[in-house]
Amino acid sequence: MNTVTLTVKNTPELFLECENVNPDAFAGKKAADIAKLGAFQGKEITTLGDYFTIAGEAGATAADTKIVINGDCTKMKYIGAKMNAGEVIVNSTCDMYTGSWMSGGKLLVKGNVHSFCGLAMKGGEFTIEGNAGNYLGAAYRGDWRGMSGGVLRVKGNAGSDVGTFMIGGEMIIEGDVDIHLGTHMEGGRIIVKGNANRRVGGQVVKGEIYIFGKINVMMPGYKQVGEVSLDVDGTKAKFAEYIGDIGERHPKRKGETVYGKLYMKQ
Amino acid sequence: MSEFIIKNGHVFDPVQGIKGDKKDIAVKDGKIIESVSSGARVINAAGKTVMAGALEIHAHVAGPKVNAGRWYRPEDKHFDSHKKPGMTRIEGGKSIPTVFKTGYEYARMGFTFAMEAAMPPLYARHVHEEIHDTPIIDEAALPVFGNNWFILEYLKNHEVENTAAYIAWVLRQTKGYGIKCVNPGGTEAWAWGLNCLTIHDPVPYFEITPAEIIKGLIEANEYLGLPHSMHLHQNDLGNPGNYKTTIDSLKLAEGMTAKNNFGREQVLHSTHIQFHSYGGTNWGDFESKAKEVMDYVNKQKNLTIDTGNVTLDETTTMTADGPFEHHLHGLNHLKWFNVDVELETAAGIVPFIYDPSNAVFCSQWAVGLEIPLYAKDPMRCFITTDHPNAGPFTRYPRVYSWLMSKKVRDELLNGFKKAAKVIGATTLANIDREITLYELAAMTRAGPAKALGLMKDYGGLKAGMNADIAIYNINPDKFPSTGPEIEKAFANVAYLFKDGKICVEEGKVMDMGHKKTFWVDAKVKENKQVAHDVKEKFLRYYSINENNYSVPESYAPHQHIIAVDATQ
Repeated sequence: MNTVTLTVKNTPELFLECENVNPDAFAGKKAADIAKLGAFQGKEITTLGDYFTIAGEAGATAADTKIVINGDCTKMKYIGAKMNAGEVIVNSTCDMYTGSWMSGGKLLVKGNVHSFCGLAMKGGEFTIEGNAGNYLGAAYRGDWRGMSGGVLRVKGNAGSDVGTFMIGGEMIIEGDVDIHLGTHMEGGRIIVKGNANRRVGGQVVKGEIYIFGKINVMMPGYKQVGEVSLDVDGTKAKFAEYIGDIGERHPKRKGETVYGKLYMKQ
Repeated sequence: MSEFIIKNGHVFDPVQGIKGDKKDIAVKDGKIIESVSSGARVINAAGKTVMAGALEIHAHVAGPKVNAGRWYRPEDKHFDSHKKPGMTRIEGGKSIPTVFKTGYEYARMGFTFAMEAAMPPLYARHVHEEIHDTPIIDEAALPVFGNNWFILEYLKNHEVENTAAYIAWVLRQTKGYGIKCVNPGGTEAWAWGLNCLTIHDPVPYFEITPAEIIKGLIEANEYLGLPHSMHLHQNDLGNPGNYKTTIDSLKLAEGMTAKNNFGREQVLHSTHIQFHSYGGTNWGDFESKAKEVMDYVNKQKNLTIDTGNVTLDETTTMTADGPFEHHLHGLNHLKWFNVDVELETAAGIVPFIYDPSNAVFCSQWAVGLEIPLYAKDPMRCFITTDHPNAGPFTRYPRVYSWLMSKKVRDELLNGFKKAAKVIGATTLANIDREITLYELAAMTRAGPAKALGLMKDYGGLKAGMNADIAIYNINPDKFPSTGPEIEKAFANVAYLFKDGKICVEEGKVMDMGHKKTFWVDAKVKENKQVAHDVKEKFLRYYSINENNYSVPESYAPHQHIIAVDATQ
């Protein structure tokens, strides 16, 4: 696997839209060609070379390409968005849409990410070592198709509206989450190792939510149906099992109604 | 203004019966003329196809319902928003494009006119604001009447003269073009939680049936002698087995003749008939009844139809058929928008994905193609996608490719995941007909122009007619053989002349033209009853004052008024 190293040399005055910073766009290109790839700053089309020093060359395909980004990416959007294969490591905090619509490969952010990251993610591994903002792994504004595959792991906390309209895949938040977790979920699983604020699992059709800590205020649409012993992301424990959201429509399978599941660690 | 001579093109013009002969077209001062001076700019159209500008007879392209679709579907814009080089603005949206994209895309495909198919009279100002902002193409809008309280009350007693006087008043107030009727009675019945699924289901409270509404509106239309006929979206749209209701509704026009000074022959235009040509009793035994419907349409000369072709895309459905949208939301659970427009109508919006792996959607696609392929008279059958309901209008080039090439459509048909089921439920596989360029010119130019009462100036290339001309990079002697080639040629005109000016060149917008808003000013005898009823309804029921209802001229500063005198 070939490595391309990007080092920030100029911080954008506005925000830089790094839609071309991903292994798919870099594949088969030398440093000089990568420097010519476009990047919007506001309404102006600039190039990656205007903001980054680029070293190394990409592999022949996305899968053979690894990108390492050094320097301050706080004002960079869309890093790793729509990536299908390969690897991206960002040694910084990033702005919005990081890892959104990704369908494969590995993306590691060693800082925090802003809101709308991992939107409608389809596959691959996306790891955030710091905290994530709002709408992590959710659907794009207005859309009803949220994260549908892959693994999204946050080592810190995440904001509100995490996993809205999630339909598949797995999301692990090792810290706490704010309000509106998994709203409209219709598949997949969300594991929160810390606490959740209010309105967990509103309007969930199906899917699973695991909370290791406490929920500030429980939704009225959830009903406890039993207690189960589970191994969740390496933690063996007893969980109280709830079904919900009772007020929402639910499909039937073999005559049985399929509910969303909420598990609270005992 | 400058002069042009379009030389050596293959001309297709049903108005003059020209079927691809090489002919020069002379243009001066916005009109087609017999000959021009030697100083005229020469446009070399050798090896190209020359037609009149196309006319869209039914699309939802402007107004509150379209705009509600835009704001509640930001995701429609997210992956399809771009700025092309040149004078054009950012073009956003796929199924519900911005007004700018709407104008540019129609022009790039060779269209010079579009009819907004459903204008709620109360929100006519919004419709005209959007029409005014849509560049290049001429537009008009049809106010909806099929669930209007005035109409229901007048027609309950078969008061055709009052109905006509009220319609004339609304056309003038809203700068409307003609009479649109959506799910007659059904939308109003829905306010009681009901619907009208046959033409004999009574509307609650008003005690009138859809049959009486349809017949009454046709009579009022001919009483006024409007350029367009009554434009009907029938009852029971989109349900298996609805073709019987469809034929029942069409039969209401039997024995009626068109009375107008515009050369229009039909008394009823039945829109997006694809959605109304279904057999079966449920989605499992659903089948095409396009043949049965078209057999009837073919023999009734006083009818015109448009197709409503499903394009197998993700789109946004929007209609004044409120109960239908609620029904659709129950099927796909996607977000539902609904609004009730006081005494007049309603509207609903639901996103919809015509998934090509689903047998029903593929069968709907097939029904949409069967309709024009069964049509014996291309002057009475027009191509639409009921934009955006069956698909975005930007898919017309693809629809043409399916109609003009059996190979292209059969490749798609046989490649469907549920191909056997689709072939079993429809008759498309057995149809060999391919629409010719001449027939296409009738279905998209001369035909709709005649049906809209615009045949004097539009839809043809005869001297004296308006110089709205589309030139395509299609050599009829070497017609493209693959779908993508046909699509590319129809999506990017070599030249588009609008009012004698080049607005598009090789798919690139060069000029915003001088778009006009068409509306019909119908003069009727003074009618004290209607004047009284209008006053009373505004005092008692409307949320706004009568003085704030009309569309002032400032909303349609470039108007083209078609005057009709019904006082005789």
